[in-house]
Amino acid sequence: METGILSFGAYIPRLRLQRKAVLEANQWLNPGLRGLASGERAIANWDEDAVTLAVEAARDCLSGFDRGAVRGLFLASTSFPFDDRQNAGIAAEALNLGGDLSALDMGGSQRAGTSGLITALQAAGSGGANLMLAAEKRRAKAASPQEMTYGDGAAALLVGGGAPVARLIGSHSETVDFVDHYRAHGSDFDYAWEERWIRDEGYLKLVPQALKALFAKTGVDPRTIAHLCLPMAMPRVSASIAKIAGIPEASLRDNLQAKCGEVGAAHPLLLLIHALEQAKPGERILIAGFGQGVDALLFEATGLLAKFAPRRGVAGSLKRRKEETNYQRYLAFNDLVAIERGLRAEVDKQTALSTLYRKRKMLLGLIGGRCTACGTLQFPKSNMCVNPNCNAVGTQEDQPFADLSGRVMSYTSDNLTYSPDPPQVYGMVQFEEGGRMMADFTDADPATVEVGMPVRMVFRIKEVDNARGFTRYFWKATPGDRGEG
Amino acid sequence: MATGIRDKVAILGMGCSKFGERWDSEADDLIVEAFQEAIGDAGIERNRIEAAWLATAIEEMHVGKSGIPLAVALRLPYIPVTRVENYCASGSEAFRGAVYAVASGACDVALALGVEKLKDTGYGGLPQRSRGVLNSMYWANLSAPGSFAQLASAYRAKHGKAKEDLKRAMAHISVKSHANGAKNPKAHLRNEVSAETVLGAPIVAEPLGLYDCCGVSDGAACAIVATPEIARGLGKRDLVAVKALQLAVSNGTEAQHASWDGSYFATTRIAAKRAYAEAGIKDPRAELGFIEVHDCFSVTELVTMEDLHISPVGHAIDDVLDGFYDADGGIPCQIDGGLKCFGHPIGASGLRMIYEIYLQLLGRAGPRQRNDAQPLGLTHNLGGFPHQNVCSIAILGRS
Repeated sequence: METGILSFGAYIPRLRLQRKAVLEANQWLNPGLRGLASGERAIANWDEDAVTLAVEAARDCLSGFDRGAVRGLFLASTSFPFDDRQNAGIAAEALNLGGDLSALDMGGSQRAGTSGLITALQAAGSGGANLMLAAEKRRAKAASPQEMTYGDGAAALLVGGGAPVARLIGSHSETVDFVDHYRAHGSDFDYAWEERWIRDEGYLKLVPQALKALFAKTGVDPRTIAHLCLPMAMPRVSASIAKIAGIPEASLRDNLQAKCGEVGAAHPLLLLIHALEQAKPGERILIAGFGQGVDALLFEATGLLAKFAPRRGVAGSLKRRKEETNYQRYLAFNDLVAIERGLRAEVDKQTALSTLYRKRKMLLGLIGGRCTACGTLQFPKSNMCVNPNCNAVGTQEDQPFADLSGRVMSYTSDNLTYSPDPPQVYGMVQFEEGGRMMADFTDADPATVEVGMPVRMVFRIKEVDNARGFTRYFWKATPGDRGEG
Repeated sequence: MATGIRDKVAILGMGCSKFGERWDSEADDLIVEAFQEAIGDAGIERNRIEAAWLATAIEEMHVGKSGIPLAVALRLPYIPVTRVENYCASGSEAFRGAVYAVASGACDVALALGVEKLKDTGYGGLPQRSRGVLNSMYWANLSAPGSFAQLASAYRAKHGKAKEDLKRAMAHISVKSHANGAKNPKAHLRNEVSAETVLGAPIVAEPLGLYDCCGVSDGAACAIVATPEIARGLGKRDLVAVKALQLAVSNGTEAQHASWDGSYFATTRIAAKRAYAEAGIKDPRAELGFIEVHDCFSVTELVTMEDLHISPVGHAIDDVLDGFYDADGGIPCQIDGGLKCFGHPIGASGLRMIYEIYLQLLGRAGPRQRNDAQPLGLTHNLGGFPHQNVCSIAILGRS
């Protein structure tokens, strides 16, 4: 049976920090940043983290696919919100994948995304489809080069046997403890070694060596590669790798450094998805992941790719953008500055884990109720139907709300209530099939919100309990967003 | 067959503390200030009170739970004391408890007292506090102004009103309440403001500006009630009696069902109809003399004029701008300054509204007294949010 990619999706957060703004704030300290100060990088909103980013990419990937067919969920990241609570498990609840599922967090290296993809493909060989997610919300010290080059985002690939849009020709991994940078347990930030050494001894030696081994293993001629996806942010290094490996330089794809930055463990997968969006049937796509060794994966697009339903993907995500020129806001979103948040931020946010467990479908999966007696949709699901002409008891079935179309019924933008990004916009969302909820809005531009505007529900951070280190998630409405790019 | 509350209970005496930023006072000081006025007005001994109800709302930052704070402050002689809480309508609930006790014949004289000491929370507005274990996990991150502000967007969408027209009417409401409050020595805010000031103020929650929001105050208000027979026995001739007392509580329909459009208070419309039936009022616009409504925000007052069935639906803006609800208008609304300027010590507010109607009906309202009005007054005390609230309506009149 052929194994490969059945579906793909992506999510890049809409805020794009202008690198010029970073330079303007920091050049007094580090004039050398000027060399990195072109283009923009994706930054997560304050209410996004690796888990929420992954969920949004997964929804894009799963659109049109049966979620019940997903047997395994893998989530790769080096910026997980939890060290000991399965992050993939949170995503699984948000995606309503059901409990009959294996799930695994994969981290520890920038290579986690590609190693995870190899593992997911291998595991899928035993039947069923696996969902491979990779996501990062990367933190970097203010005024560091990493702050310029890193990006936030997520990639999702549904892999398995059957009818792939791209079949796996082969993969190869090499593991070498090459420490270009590291982040020790308990540290907030990466520590990096000299760039020239990373380039000469790392990228230019280890990557060609792994590619050579892959070509030898698969018997593929490097000159037949149509799309070469290399995640390195450093300029010109990718072209040198291509040359050493004997791959046509024309196949080298945009590393997206100017558009979203380097998205860590998710980056090779984002480049793969970007390639799939443009590849033609029969074309070969090669991706590499780098980090304490190298992973290389070689795919060939099948005829099904031409019929693949369009989705947001990388191209759509790149189009859905809002320029952010306020560097101070970026610092605040990433907790890089001690900021006065006011008395209203002081409320205790302890989460009752027993309540969260009991209501996990409602809170993480946005599952409401549908009355089997009168058909009324309602959120939350309750014992008695809310329809005044029904009020039947015990008649409600689970009703997923996350993908229902909704509209703004009433709204405000609130300068009083505490928000990490004031004003807090919120309002009543009326779902077209029935049911409504007073919801926080996110990715909202207050001046453009109006009654009747369509909204899309998204999984986000509701609140962070800093005193206990707990992140509370719920769903919010994005006004004016239908989900496409 | 229930016969309702009409004329079964009379007010023996009322009191109200000075509202405002009472940096000088604890809650028990405010309780005593309001009570001493009421007991003097009632002309009875303290030990005639047989049962008491205490209203406080934000007990976690206030006097704490139970009826004990009232019993201790007034050294009540081991009588039943019950604390009630129903959001910002708590004061009306204390009144309802006392009135029902007397009407039932369980006791002859009962006390209702509401108090709130909000100015020790450190907040300018209402304090931010937990909404409960599960609610905190999914409720929108809303504030009071933000939830009420949404009335404006839904009202405009439904009735096709321009934002400027709505803002102009809202500004008129606040200008009027400031003018009224300026004449009230017990009011928190006693300054007149111009429409330009109101319209130019910073936005709290779109489209509500600073002057569209009521003050947050310390204060206490108090009523002593008895049967009309006891009142007459004490030599009271000009009796103010309870004509109606209604409470409507949202059951989740507005928040969860498509039948509500967000532009009005479903509870107020229902409670008002029931109150008019109980009081025997057929045409509220013609029969009501004064109204004290829950003007927590200017837009609340505006739509409430329709929900009380006084202004035609979709036409409150016209009545407001015509001055129908001004102090010298057809039905003066907030002649004491309202929540906007008298202030809003939550637990006390419902009783403060009744206090003003009581004074007006007895001709004791000083420089703001209206003499030509109909002998019926209404109070409207709302708690919660437009999409989920409790609405208490009382009608009082001479008997």
